[in-house]
Amino acid sequence: MKRTVPLLITGIVGTVLIVSVLIPPAQSLGEDFSLFFDIIAVFAFFLGGGNLFRIHLKKVFHRKEDYGFSIVTLVGFLVTLTIGLFKIGNPEGISGSITAAGSGLQTIFVSIITPLSSTMYALLAFYVASASYRAFRAKNREATILLVSAFVILLGRTPLGMMLTGWIPEQFSIFQIPNLAVWIMNSANLAGQRSILIGVGLGVVAMSLRLILGMDRTYLGSDK
Amino acid sequence: MRMKLFLFVLLALFMTAVVVAQEDTEIDSVVTVSPPAPVANLVGVDTPNDNGHSISLSWELSPDDATLGGTVTKYVIMRSESADGPFIVRDTVAAGMTKKADNGVKEIEAEDYFARNTDFYYKLVALAGDLKSESEVFGPVRGVGQWFNTGKWSVVAAVGLFTLVTLFFIRRAKSGAKLYIRPLAGIDAVDEAIGRATEMGKPILYVLGLGTASDIATIASFTILSRVAKKVAEYQTSILVPCYDPIVMTIAQETVKTSYYDAGRPDAYNEDDVFFVTNQQFAYVGAVNGLMIREKPATNFYLGKFYAESLIMAETGSASGAIQIAGTDEVTQIPFFVVACDYTLIGEELYAASAYLGREPVLLGTLKGQDYGKAMVIASILIGIGAALVGWTGYVDLFYVGP
Repeated sequence: MKRTVPLLITGIVGTVLIVSVLIPPAQSLGEDFSLFFDIIAVFAFFLGGGNLFRIHLKKVFHRKEDYGFSIVTLVGFLVTLTIGLFKIGNPEGISGSITAAGSGLQTIFVSIITPLSSTMYALLAFYVASASYRAFRAKNREATILLVSAFVILLGRTPLGMMLTGWIPEQFSIFQIPNLAVWIMNSANLAGQRSILIGVGLGVVAMSLRLILGMDRTYLGSDK
Repeated sequence: MRMKLFLFVLLALFMTAVVVAQEDTEIDSVVTVSPPAPVANLVGVDTPNDNGHSISLSWELSPDDATLGGTVTKYVIMRSESADGPFIVRDTVAAGMTKKADNGVKEIEAEDYFARNTDFYYKLVALAGDLKSESEVFGPVRGVGQWFNTGKWSVVAAVGLFTLVTLFFIRRAKSGAKLYIRPLAGIDAVDEAIGRATEMGKPILYVLGLGTASDIATIASFTILSRVAKKVAEYQTSILVPCYDPIVMTIAQETVKTSYYDAGRPDAYNEDDVFFVTNQQFAYVGAVNGLMIREKPATNFYLGKFYAESLIMAETGSASGAIQIAGTDEVTQIPFFVVACDYTLIGEELYAASAYLGREPVLLGTLKGQDYGKAMVIASILIGIGAALVGWTGYVDLFYVGP
């Protein structure tokens, strides 16, 4: 029963959603099911918050390794929750919008979360540099092609590319580095991306078929 | 004295001439103000392949349209249930546009309700500043729902053909036929990766990505998690699953728990190993990276939907010395995983991974169907190239997908 009901729901909902694409009067069914999902998601947020609180409280209580981080998490969680629930600092009071300018929650978001997120994002530049260093070492033929392509694109996106090859006559302009970079991106790269996308499309259909027909039940646990 | 009189008369004549000339100029500068020319040939038809809550309108531009050098800057679409009105404003479109659908919703209580099977009359008002002109009223026209979207025939045919091929191979697999499945290095490495973690006595980190439970990539990741968790339970090692979404966390907990039960190791299951972190993208990255640095997992799995955080996590994992297996259907993130991870499942391989790990005939049949599907796509592209070369446009039309 525990497995039959989810399988039935998956099969029925999956079939209805496919049918709704083909039958115009059933189009709104897809939106209705999305609404059900949103309703479930609201309850799941309580589960998420509860889980976060319980796990970190346990770490602090048992004085586990690095429990100091858990204290920071708990304090941050409770302070934000309290400010958000009671709309502390909200210029329009308890009946005002939770995201009103100058409200406590908005201040936390703008002054703490946004700068911290930006800091993490900024780290990406350094990770890209270190990953590029590894990827562009000409160890074999494929890596060498990758290196040359990357070099052409890097040059093509800077004025240096035009400076180096701007003298090439118009009838051979494809060999100017900026034009070569455009060709690599629009022809070679795009073709590769589309081939992956076609594969993804077929994979999605196959996966959906397995799930709707109940052939792949591994997400429910045992196959038996 | 005579000279003074002459000059006075001359000045008087000059002044008179100036005044008369000014009067003439004023008379000349009066412009006759007239309204702009209205649009012509306003036509409305039932929007095809819809649920009946829409009418498609088309018209010829006013000769005074701004795009033709005139003064009309916009058109107001007005609708009534009677040719005599009253007309209500339905929409406004910019100059230069010659068609627009009047869409509404099916809910009667909604402000934008659009009744099906009801006669409507339309007119267009051309606006040029404060001046306006109305087109002739068109009607009656009614929105009628269709039972089948004929614009999707090509989709039905393609999915139907693919389904038939897949079902054929499932049948063959069930009848005991030995199907060749091309090996995937990333999948073959799963056992090795779990074994490594066991030998090192360190946990396995499994990241489900930033997708929600309704993303097909996340669902595929659940199926792989189930297989991995079962092996983890059998090898008696541990698995950590930090989650980005609370629903994903709930499903992942259930998946891992059931896998431990299936492996006969329910006692080894720890509910706290599958936990919610945050649904802020970079806060999640910070938490996962911290986990990698502190716990030093021997193996990292990144399977699901990933965005800008993919490289930050994969590079940190690489620096921590973990063996890394990644897979995503996000094309822009695949290169990052290829560079920073030991094995990468590219695109559809993510969906195939569960079937590879399970090796059940039914699932292998779908993989074979997938491979034949790709062969059919390649054949279609080659025929398309030939068709384009000989100018056979009808072939391209076969693949048309309507709205």
